Amino acid sequence: MATLRDLSTEELFTSGHRLCAGCGAGIIARMTMKALRGPTIVVNATGCLEVASTIYPYTAWKVSWVHIAFENAAAVASGIEAAYKAMMKRNAWGKKVDIIAFAGDGGTFDIGIQALSGALERGHDFLYICYDNEAYMNTGIQRSGATPHGAATTTSPAGTKIPGKPEFKKDLIGICAAHGIEYAATASPAYWNDYITKVRKALEVDGPAVIHVFSPCPVGMRFDSSKSIEVARLAVQTRYWPVYEVENGRYKLNIKVPKPKPVSEFLKVQGRFKHLFQPKFKHVIDEIQRYVDENWERITKLCGEA
Amino acid sequence: MSRIMGLTGDGAVAYAVKQCKVDVVAAYPITPQTLIVEEFSEYVHNGEVHTEFICVESEHSAMSACVGASLTGARVFTATASQGLALMHEILYIASSLRCPIVMGVVNRALSAPINIHCDHSDMMGSRDCGWIQIFVENAQEAYDWVIQAFRIAEDPDVLLPVTVNLDGFILSHSLEGVEVLDDADVEKFVSTRKPVFTIDPDKPITVGPICFTDFFFETKRQHVEAMNNSPKTISKVNDEFAELTGRRYGFIDTYEMDDAEAAIICLGSTAGSAMAVAKKLRDEGKRVGVIKPWVYRPFPAEQIIDACKDLKALAVLDRACSIGAPYGPLCNDVTAALYKENVRLNVFNVIYGLGGRDITPFDIEAIFNETLEVAKTGLIKKPIKFVGVRE
Repeated sequence: MATLRDLSTEELFTSGHRLCAGCGAGIIARMTMKALRGPTIVVNATGCLEVASTIYPYTAWKVSWVHIAFENAAAVASGIEAAYKAMMKRNAWGKKVDIIAFAGDGGTFDIGIQALSGALERGHDFLYICYDNEAYMNTGIQRSGATPHGAATTTSPAGTKIPGKPEFKKDLIGICAAHGIEYAATASPAYWNDYITKVRKALEVDGPAVIHVFSPCPVGMRFDSSKSIEVARLAVQTRYWPVYEVENGRYKLNIKVPKPKPVSEFLKVQGRFKHLFQPKFKHVIDEIQRYVDENWERITKLCGEA
Repeated sequence: MSRIMGLTGDGAVAYAVKQCKVDVVAAYPITPQTLIVEEFSEYVHNGEVHTEFICVESEHSAMSACVGASLTGARVFTATASQGLALMHEILYIASSLRCPIVMGVVNRALSAPINIHCDHSDMMGSRDCGWIQIFVENAQEAYDWVIQAFRIAEDPDVLLPVTVNLDGFILSHSLEGVEVLDDADVEKFVSTRKPVFTIDPDKPITVGPICFTDFFFETKRQHVEAMNNSPKTISKVNDEFAELTGRRYGFIDTYEMDDAEAAIICLGSTAGSAMAVAKKLRDEGKRVGVIKPWVYRPFPAEQIIDACKDLKALAVLDRACSIGAPYGPLCNDVTAALYKENVRLNVFNVIYGLGGRDITPFDIEAIFNETLEVAKTGLIKKPIKFVGVRE
């Protein structure tokens, strides 16, 4: 675990970017930059973090930063990694470069999952960080494969018949770990030392590593921008967002939640779940609670805790 | 020193890429490009190259990886065809706009539907506005020669644009020809190593690919246009140096018997070879016919084509692709626009041929020449667009 004193005071992700107040992505980017160990290149998929941090002619990044498109952050990272390897072979390059790809849940769960799978299978040495705000927040809050059951988005609205998104969320870390990669983990910005420790650990891995981090979004999840970290903490304390890591196939629970709050505590502070508190949709909250319980049991069993 | 090797068109491309000491190849297999990736894989697995070959999971990722690799300052190659080029389409524009000097072999094949693996030019024509320099070759020798020249052109600081070298699927890709190849050392000296203008070196941080709104986007496109407009100087310089090294002289267009021709065919790729053979026969019969073969399709060699056409009375423009709904096929749209721009009035008609690999025979070409001669004589165009070789 890191301590505050261990952290660099240098800001490689600077203020002045145009992310919304309380945006989880900005907090995550800043914390990530504090965990670097040497020369680093950031690859950013199209999304909130990309559009808000580099409005030309400005940039919030003091590391080399590349954005190519939405679905290909992992493929771009592959190319960069391979190029330095090749140039090292002909003595045109001499230093180790860490490559970190950032993508949102749309760029990871949906449009980018093929490129991610390919890069994981090929074993490129890079860290992929999915900051998951659980919908296409950048384009105006449309549902993604990461949007939870029941959440209202602009393409899964809280209708009178269909109360938000009918489907459940994909198991991203399960998918990534199934590639046999050395390191995959979930995290929450409310537990900064756990996150920073994981970033550092993932960078040390000689091969691909994936971190899936909850990214609170005041605009899309609809809560006050001062409450971001509280929401991120509630996600963990209700067991909605289990924080664990998978090292060489071995699951380990990093944050134990012996006395979980009911998931409704997490839901009720967010406008995207407001409709579920009408009496006629109460059953959806029960469904979410059941999902959370089953998912927790599944994960803790994998972690040898259950 | 040079020697003759038996190479397919694809093999000639792979061999040239090997000699150019490419750092990264990121490619996905697609017929009829497969021989390129297969033969290059042999070089990799036998330790003959230092190249990192990324066997990506799609062409979209192939081009994405190429852009990432190119931004580090590495020399980068890929190859594709047809659907693969279409899948890359999004990233083609990004590669050229970010000024990544990637070289790509495009083994021309029809676009679905219906699915078809044979030659036509719909693939490249579908992406002709992607801001890349585009070369079309007639045979395996030209494929070899242009790939080597392509790295020099693309990586020149005055150009910094990616280049496609187009070769006809199967007709060239899978046909074995005698190819005069250079010694490794001569190629190495000719292409040298890439000297990038900017890179993403983490010690000199740079932001590449930021969002650019109404206040700056237009200027970046204007600069891209300017880069393309400036590229002919470098293309000529590289052609000159290559001629000095090999004795093989390339330029923007190749011409055959155009000096006193009154009727001519203009076409891209391997068909030009057939057209020249037919023109020779007709010349022997006393008919004044000629052939224009653009090697360079983008930047469009308007000046050279108009110059070659100056004594002409009629021109048949052969398109191995449709531009459905447009006035003509793609090449004919360009040729007629170029003529109009320079206020040259010439009788032009368009021939659409060879889609999905349909053969064009010497008899077809002879008939086209005869019709062009007829137009030259009468000044009357019966059909502005003719479909040759199709059942209607």
